[in-house]
Amino acid sequence: MGEANSSSDIVVADGLVKQFGRFAALRGVTAQLASRKLYVIVGDNGAGKTTLLRTIAGLSQQSRGTISVLGNLEIKNVRAQIGYMAHPSLLYDEMSGMENLIYFAELYGLPQTRCREVIVAVKLDPDLERPVGQYSQGMRQRMSLARAILNDPKLLLLDEPFSNVDLRSAQEMTTLLANMRDHGKTILVVTHQPGLLEAIADEFVWMEAGKIIRRTPHLQVRQ
Amino acid sequence: MKRGFPILAVITALLLSFALYEALIAAPTEQTMGNVQRIFYYHVPSAWTAFVLFLINFVSSIVYLIRRNAKADILAYVSAEVGVVFCTVVIVTGPIWARPVWGIWWAPGDIRLTTTLVLWLIYISYLMVRRLSTGGKTPVIAAVVAIFGALDVPLVYFSIWFFRTQHPSPVIGGGGSLDPRMARVLLINWAAFLCLAWLLSWTRYELEIAQGKVEEALALESLMEGSR
Amino acid sequence: MSFFAITRATLCKDIRLEWRSKDAINAMLFFALLVVVIFSFAFDPTAEESRRIAGGLVWVAFLFAAVVALNQTWARELRNQVLDAYRVSPAPANPLFLAKAFGNFIFVSVLEALMTPLFIAFYKLRALGSAWELVPIALLGTWALVVNGTFFAAISLRTRSREIMLPLLLFPFSIPALLGMVNATTAVLTGEESAKFWIALLLAYDVVFTTACLLFFELVLEAE
Repeated sequence: MGEANSSSDIVVADGLVKQFGRFAALRGVTAQLASRKLYVIVGDNGAGKTTLLRTIAGLSQQSRGTISVLGNLEIKNVRAQIGYMAHPSLLYDEMSGMENLIYFAELYGLPQTRCREVIVAVKLDPDLERPVGQYSQGMRQRMSLARAILNDPKLLLLDEPFSNVDLRSAQEMTTLLANMRDHGKTILVVTHQPGLLEAIADEFVWMEAGKIIRRTPHLQVRQ
Repeated sequence: MKRGFPILAVITALLLSFALYEALIAAPTEQTMGNVQRIFYYHVPSAWTAFVLFLINFVSSIVYLIRRNAKADILAYVSAEVGVVFCTVVIVTGPIWARPVWGIWWAPGDIRLTTTLVLWLIYISYLMVRRLSTGGKTPVIAAVVAIFGALDVPLVYFSIWFFRTQHPSPVIGGGGSLDPRMARVLLINWAAFLCLAWLLSWTRYELEIAQGKVEEALALESLMEGSR
Repeated sequence: MSFFAITRATLCKDIRLEWRSKDAINAMLFFALLVVVIFSFAFDPTAEESRRIAGGLVWVAFLFAAVVALNQTWARELRNQVLDAYRVSPAPANPLFLAKAFGNFIFVSVLEALMTPLFIAFYKLRALGSAWELVPIALLGTWALVVNGTFFAAISLRTRSREIMLPLLLFPFSIPALLGMVNATTAVLTGEESAKFWIALLLAYDVVFTTACLLFFELVLEAE
């Protein structure tokens, strides 16, 4: 278990299987992901990308196999160092952006000043009182990203962050992600739009039918 | 299935036939109630068998939560199912017995009968949770429900016990001492029912295991196709 | 990041959200009123009989109103998958449970406070026994419904037919508590018996199940 891994591997998965009754979403995923890199996970629907990401985030428990994140087999222990974002906003529609973040900051034991910081970092207005439910999709995703980086995580997991997002918001998020990777964060992005990240990605991870079939440094169009 | 199964099946058949003879023919007729009383030999052993099965469910649920052993989970499921069957016998034979003898269909103050009814309801909810559950963690949720059920039972018992002291009502099945000949027939029937419960549970258990294998094979097959 | 701080923050957040979407509150209050009215049409007894069955009527009415409120417990956390945001944080599971349970307790108590005067008016109720005993009965009884209701609502998140799953679980398990609430209330209203045993039973039920819920909630929350 983990003898040959480089000490800078932030995620180590071995034979991950996840079964939902009859359907196996993951069929034996084995991978080591090094730190300080930006990985893009691509694949068709049903390939197991979301399941894999949720397993790494500690939201879903595998049926078989082991996974260690940040050196811990119990992902519960390192939650303070993980950030997670998905296509739904993970925010309360009836509260403003700042109110949302103040609540989540409480869960991490962070001061309110931090909330202001991250909202500014994603180029949104911290004093905007409009409830998040009335934001455009681009603004909502950026606010969701702000929530995900609230705790300054070492490992950032994003599941379809660019869905239905306007180009400008997507580009701003991309720039921010590159910045964070350059400052030492490890980032995993699941997306159907890998072209958006082509310039900044370190590696593309291809998944199909619950397995990783290929890892490439560049985005190649499959035959 | 293992070799023990046919042996158990034969023993069960023999015991049940013997018990039937004893209960309906050989046992002495009760003084006041007459032949209707013979339903006692089905009512009481069914209750005891159901309690044994629910105890097995409780223990296997705890074992599952500690060890996450899939077999413990299947045993819990199976014992709950068969337990509900025997429990149903109890709450059906209760009124059938009560009506001609006491003139009532049901006595809310009857601790044993009412506790059994609540137990029956709790385990039917347990089975419904199992059936309606989505996702891969059904065994965990079911085990938690089983433990809650076990915690509830003593509370049910005491609440009805106190209710009865305030609202006295006939106790179906009566109290008092039992003629030793009747006690013997009772125990024979209980032995027969336990064997039947074992037989049913074993069958169900093997069926569940086989079902699991079929599903795994199907899952593998559909994924092989997917990766082509 | 203390346990208490997270519980309080979550409870305040829920109250604020509930307040902002007043539709749900108004609908629930109206539902509570309707229940009382329907009961008064269905059971129209003289004063003497009404005192005997009022205990049962009132608590069954509270039970049905509570189920409607409890079904909403986790609904807000499912929208936008925001429950994931809590789960992925280092915050422990139990503050979330307690905040939801307290929130439900407050809300169901408000419903009860609305329904009780109506019941008293329709049924011309008067307590012949020691009326102050109704306070612990109401508190313990409501907590009994709410603590298991919140827990089973969380279980039903992982099932199909979510709305029916909650009462399917809650009703059988609540039977001892229901006996306690109803008989204690009847004892106080008729003054014919002591409610003390029933109050003790309710206390035992609350202690047992609050402990069980706190022990097992994390398992249920993380059951994905």
